Amino acid sequence: MRKLSTPYLLLIPGMGFLFTFFLLPLLNLAQTSTQTPVGGGDTGEYEQSWRFANYLDAFLENKEQFGRSFLYALLATVLALAIAYPLAYTIAFKGGRFKNVLLVLVIAPFFTSFLLRTIAWKQILGEEGPVVPTLRSLHIISESTTLTSSAFAVVMGLTYNFLPFMTLPLYASIDRIDPRTLEASGDLYANGFTTFRRVTLPLSMPGVVAGTLLTFIPAAGDYVNAAILGSPQTKMLGNVIESRYFKIVDYPTAAALSFTLMAAILILVTVYVRKAGTEELV
Amino acid sequence: MAKKSLSPEARSIINSKVSRRAVLAGAGAVAGASALAACGSGGGSSENAIRWGNWPLYLDVDDSGKNYPTLQAFTKESGIDVKYFEDYNDNDEFFGKVQAQLKLNKDIGYDIVCPTDWMAGRWIRLGYAQKFDAANIPNKANIVDTLAKPSYDANRDYSLTWQGIMGGFGWNTQKNPKGIRTIEDLFAPANKGKIVVLSEMRDTIGIILLSQGISLQTVTEDQFMNAVDFLAKKSADGWIRGVKGNEYAEDLVSGDATAVIGWSGDMFILKSENEGKFDFAIPESGGTISGDNMMIPSTATPEAKANAEKLINYYYEPSVAAEVAAYVNYFCPVKGAQAEMEKIDPDLAASEFIFPTEKTMANLSVFRALTPAEETMWTEAFQKAAGN
Repeated sequence: MRKLSTPYLLLIPGMGFLFTFFLLPLLNLAQTSTQTPVGGGDTGEYEQSWRFANYLDAFLENKEQFGRSFLYALLATVLALAIAYPLAYTIAFKGGRFKNVLLVLVIAPFFTSFLLRTIAWKQILGEEGPVVPTLRSLHIISESTTLTSSAFAVVMGLTYNFLPFMTLPLYASIDRIDPRTLEASGDLYANGFTTFRRVTLPLSMPGVVAGTLLTFIPAAGDYVNAAILGSPQTKMLGNVIESRYFKIVDYPTAAALSFTLMAAILILVTVYVRKAGTEELV
Repeated sequence: MAKKSLSPEARSIINSKVSRRAVLAGAGAVAGASALAACGSGGGSSENAIRWGNWPLYLDVDDSGKNYPTLQAFTKESGIDVKYFEDYNDNDEFFGKVQAQLKLNKDIGYDIVCPTDWMAGRWIRLGYAQKFDAANIPNKANIVDTLAKPSYDANRDYSLTWQGIMGGFGWNTQKNPKGIRTIEDLFAPANKGKIVVLSEMRDTIGIILLSQGISLQTVTEDQFMNAVDFLAKKSADGWIRGVKGNEYAEDLVSGDATAVIGWSGDMFILKSENEGKFDFAIPESGGTISGDNMMIPSTATPEAKANAEKLINYYYEPSVAAEVAAYVNYFCPVKGAQAEMEKIDPDLAASEFIFPTEKTMANLSVFRALTPAEETMWTEAFQKAAGN
């Protein structure tokens, strides 16, 4: 009897934590999302009226930012994958005794605050940073083109900030690949590309799936990059939720948007994981 | 309307010309340290100390960053200890933090708070502010006329301005050699894509409304929405780089912005630090004036309230107000402070930013109080124009 109950007892702290800090706030959020303003009430006074049309209103009013959030997150994920795959591959197969040092370098940016790193990009890409004057003198960009306050800067910021989340799972998968499988592929007359397509990539799929999820999910909900590196034309859903909550003091819309974002991500991720067939791979 | 306007780097450029500005070097660190130390007077019993929550960098501080000279003088004079907290960073955030306790009438941990006009209006409306005992604040009469009768507190029964904030045009003088006096100057082709406007709705839309000849005291919903559409259109056409709080000052310094709708205090600092690279003016069609207000929360005890009133009265002494203004450089709301400033720093006494002339004053407008329904709807429209 004791043997059976021990694992469950050990679960209690974790479950308690999730219940208090995840489930309860979520229920509260769900309740808030269907409230309506008190007639004649002051700013921020809402009453429960189970108005589910809040969801439709919230979505229709902010379609643009919804689309933008997913587009930017997708672009950032693809870019991060394109950068991180060769990086992880090189560390795993060519890193040799420097492997650990290289991994520390990948994580090193995390030693500084997320906000500071993003603000740093604003300066690097700013008018008086090193990039803009160089590109201008090479006539790559015109005098009037700027790099900050643009979709480019936001996607770049997202890519940069979530790159380690992509690199580490990729590294973990690629590092586990037995180099002899690659040799065997060569022995069977596969060229480099075929070996990559038929051997390396399939074996690293768990890392690809984990990395893309770890990048896409937080990127879709991010608002810091758009707030610091973007313009009014590049705001994402996170910015709308923030403004609804703190500035307009419209809690129901903020809650409805949060839920819709959560649901949309959940659906996309489910479809993706099904397609990628990770159940066998992970 | 956050007051921590410049990055430490920007502040460290401060030259030694202006009397107390050297103190501001590395002010970011100072603000952090003093928020932690959070004790203006030190020593004595803290049981009866009154607790004052204010915006960062909004009170004269000495070189160590731990002592506030005017506050120490007050404690010495009155025997009242004051705990000074620089943790009022954002109107909405602060309100969110204390609202539940105010509702339940439980101590919020402050005996004086400093909300901006519109938020002060909300506190008064909701019954969260205590009425002053006029006998304790005789210096109330010293408030400048422009700020004496705001619509949210017509007799100043509940609130007194701590510092006034003028909204107007700021610009980079190299990119705008002729300066910016009108909204057309602001939207000059040279500034396209490099204009930053304030995220404070009443300043940005207020200045646009004034440029359209509309009074901020009588503005209607249609007029307001029309001005918001003007902003949204300019934004969609790529004129507006950002709708921001005080970060606009950093954008000016970095060159990312060449023209802004900004605040007088920030622009004063930028101007004095960068030797003519930046300038500020009240638009010909009119600028905005608003204020952050000292108020006593409904949760303060009668004893704390009486002491808080003494403190408020003290800061309305012209000589004390001048000392504060010499440090913060915002619009000084106290009559007679200009004459006192002559003794501290004649340059500052002559500053249009701190002591605007009658002519400038006549060109400043206060945004009328909004009903809760208006506040929600108008803020929503403005936020949408800002891309949110």
